[in-house]
Amino acid sequence: MSSTALKTERDADRLLRIYTDMLRIRLFEEAANGLYLGAKMPGLAHLYSGEEGVAVGVCAALRDDDYITSTHRGHGHCLAKGAAADLMLAELLGKAVGYCGGKGGSMHIADQARGNLGANAIVGGSAGIATGAAMSAKWRGTDQVAACFFGEGALGQGLVYEVMNMASLWRLPVVYVCENNLYNEYTSASETTAGSIAQRAQAFDIPVREVDGQDVLAVWDATQEAVDRARSGGGPSFLHCRTYRQYGHHVGDVNRTTYRSREEEQEWAQRDPIAILGQAMSDLELADAAALERIREEVQTEISQGVEFALAAPYPDPDEVYSEVYA
Amino acid sequence: MSAAEVGERILTMGQATREALAEEMRRDPMVFLIGEDVAEAGTAFKVLPGLVDEFGPERVIDTPISEPRFTGIALGAAMTGMRPVVDIMFGDFLTLVMDQIVNQAAKIHYMSGGKLKAPLTVRTTLGATRRSAAQHSQSLHAWLAHVPGLKVALPSTPYDTKGLMKTAIRDDSPVIVFEDKMDFQVKGPVPEEEYLIPFGVAEVKRPGEDVTIVATSSMVRVALEAAQQMEAEGVSVEVIDPRTIVPLDRAALIASAQKTGRVVVVDEGYQSYGVTAEIAAVIAEGAFYYLDRPLARVGALDVPVPFSPGLEDLTVPSAARVVEAIRKLVRG
Repeated sequence: MSSTALKTERDADRLLRIYTDMLRIRLFEEAANGLYLGAKMPGLAHLYSGEEGVAVGVCAALRDDDYITSTHRGHGHCLAKGAAADLMLAELLGKAVGYCGGKGGSMHIADQARGNLGANAIVGGSAGIATGAAMSAKWRGTDQVAACFFGEGALGQGLVYEVMNMASLWRLPVVYVCENNLYNEYTSASETTAGSIAQRAQAFDIPVREVDGQDVLAVWDATQEAVDRARSGGGPSFLHCRTYRQYGHHVGDVNRTTYRSREEEQEWAQRDPIAILGQAMSDLELADAAALERIREEVQTEISQGVEFALAAPYPDPDEVYSEVYA
Repeated sequence: MSAAEVGERILTMGQATREALAEEMRRDPMVFLIGEDVAEAGTAFKVLPGLVDEFGPERVIDTPISEPRFTGIALGAAMTGMRPVVDIMFGDFLTLVMDQIVNQAAKIHYMSGGKLKAPLTVRTTLGATRRSAAQHSQSLHAWLAHVPGLKVALPSTPYDTKGLMKTAIRDDSPVIVFEDKMDFQVKGPVPEEEYLIPFGVAEVKRPGEDVTIVATSSMVRVALEAAQQMEAEGVSVEVIDPRTIVPLDRAALIASAQKTGRVVVVDEGYQSYGVTAEIAAVIAEGAFYYLDRPLARVGALDVPVPFSPGLEDLTVPSAARVVEAIRKLVRG
């Protein structure tokens, strides 16, 4: 845990909120995995467990009206930006009451009321959208900021470099958040990524922060600095957050020893962002074990009720297939 | 109001485009133009000179040569309250932009259950015979028309260019407007007063009784020339222009086909799996029992556009090819 972060004397309520937000993501993902294993969820989902520190740390530095764009592994970003778990679960099941009326599913949840411009199933596909939202905010004079989440796999896409070039040229208020979970699907990033990740952004004169993604407060601090710079007209930043995905590429990826070892998984499990913050809060006597357990119970109740709600909700009317093709 | 009724002021197609953009930018501060060489150069085709002087470089934005990403940036701006017009210099470069248009812009409204919208206009070009060879001469409008969520406009006159462009900018869905790069100097009447042209409304460019030609974009003039030639042979040809292929005014095309019973469809896209095929199918479904002859199609030859002028000209529908097609329909 970054000691500097806790020395800033953030109030205990805010830290408990951050702890709760990370736990909501974890238990949401466990519920999603359960729905998949129980054959109740159509298709697949890409779980965010293990990476909660990044989404929650970044969104802690954002206002409600700031924008985010997200990825195929997007549940965490969506929840961290304030989405309701029950409506997300309904979307995962293709139900009418879901965030997208059941038309988007796990990989396309959007929540415009919270500035979430949508998860995106094309790797790197939303980098242009986030950069454009930043351009729009600048033009409209709103001082909003856009955070663009993408995995290290998106570094293989030229679009990321094209938008960083323009964001730097035009000093756009955008924060590029590279979530490096070490694997492009089933392939080690070390096999796909030459050279330095930081230097990719530095080449465009974009400041880079190397961040321990398992330390939510470090992510928050780094993001706050980037957001402050963006809001005050200083242009884009790039956060390289090192993290780890506890599950496989998606819920069906259960036999992972072909591409990564159990030992590696166990090592990273020792660096669980939720446990790390919980321990730090206990050490500082901001919350005892009983308090943390109460939070877990409350979140578990919220998620369980969300699952029941989603399972009971009706599917879209067949007529809906033709609605909203055009605005 | 048809072009014949709109008065005496004459503009070129390029001037009509420029006027449409300038009017919409004056009307709505959320409208901006983004693309390569759109500012000081006024586009590579010199269609938008001086726009940057009136609206400044913040609203007439020169970009790096990054078509996919300035399109993506425009999309993000569109999703957050603005109304961008993206300039894709050559329609061939749409192939670079397809992810942003097809996977992103076309689907964002539907995928989000109607929560998000993308009021994005892409203006680009089609048309061969500029001696620009295979990568700068294609007419790829059928690619876009194939994807639900996109609207596709194909103006054939200065009047239609201005009215369709203004409608495109005000539309809440992504619209691709294809202008024929050979036609920027083509002249026609455009009224001083403001007007819009609704999408999905075809226009009869020339009434006739014996044969219907459905023609798009610059092929409308090819069709009119063919119609003129056939008049000398005593054949009355109707020329109808859908003006937008998405949405498509099926009823008007079917009605014309039912009236004449003989139909030629002319479009500059590749003939196979293209606009001529779709329109022919629409008419076959809607007017089959009224047709006296099989439908005829005249599209671009199914070859990469060759450079050598004599070869290139062979690939594009010509009045002579259309006349030949009509003669087969009215004889025999």
